[in-house]
Amino acid sequence: MPVRVQPHDFDLAQEINRLRAGRPNVGAVAVFVGTVRDLNAGVGVSALALEHYPGMTERALERIVGQARARWTLDDVLVVHRVGELRPADQIVLVAVTSAHRGEAFAACEFVIDWLKTQAPFWKKEMTPDGPRWVDAREADDAAAARWGEPSLPAPSAPQPDPAAGR
Amino acid sequence: MKVEVLYFASLREAVGVSREPLELPPQVLTAADLREHLRARGGAWADALAQARPLRVAIDQAMARPEARLRDGAEVAFFPPVTGG
Repeated sequence: MPVRVQPHDFDLAQEINRLRAGRPNVGAVAVFVGTVRDLNAGVGVSALALEHYPGMTERALERIVGQARARWTLDDVLVVHRVGELRPADQIVLVAVTSAHRGEAFAACEFVIDWLKTQAPFWKKEMTPDGPRWVDAREADDAAAARWGEPSLPAPSAPQPDPAAGR
Repeated sequence: MKVEVLYFASLREAVGVSREPLELPPQVLTAADLREHLRARGGAWADALAQARPLRVAIDQAMARPEARLRDGAEVAFFPPVTGG
């Protein structure tokens, strides 16, 4: 289950060919590629800086891949995520899943990217006409991760309900 | 107890520190205690670690709950909700 975090770009065809090499049992390859948009929340984006938590990032990705492999019968899973300075239309992330049949490959691919978005420690900073700004986490991403059945994250370290309240 | 504390993204920028070794007073036992201990520094710390901010915490590079216990030598990271992918 290879996972890679790297500043440089990846070649899609090369990555898929490597993943499939010598695996004639594979009948399906599902691929997700995330790319940089030039517009976010109505504001033009000229560049993106991606920060991460070295060490934890790789562990989090490996854990997510492990969860996918436990849920579905897969041949292999590849995750490549870029960090550093990116431009609109650049590739950011690749999730590729191989399996005997398409159903498992599609489901596992979607699961991995949904969980990656809420569990892997990456942060995007956008360069806009008004200056740099950190991208806010989207509730839609939490919802996408939550529909896979397990809590996607521990409770945020925000105020806990007072157990004595309402007594 | 001594821990290594890390800060990322907007939180790192707000407090102006990316990592620091910290000797903890005996009453600081959990991740939430540590957050409160740091918040009590005041100024940028009080604002960046205010209870209303939805920060995450990781202990030894795994997501943790606020009530999770710290251990001597632990690596404790605070950061905003993640936005990769």
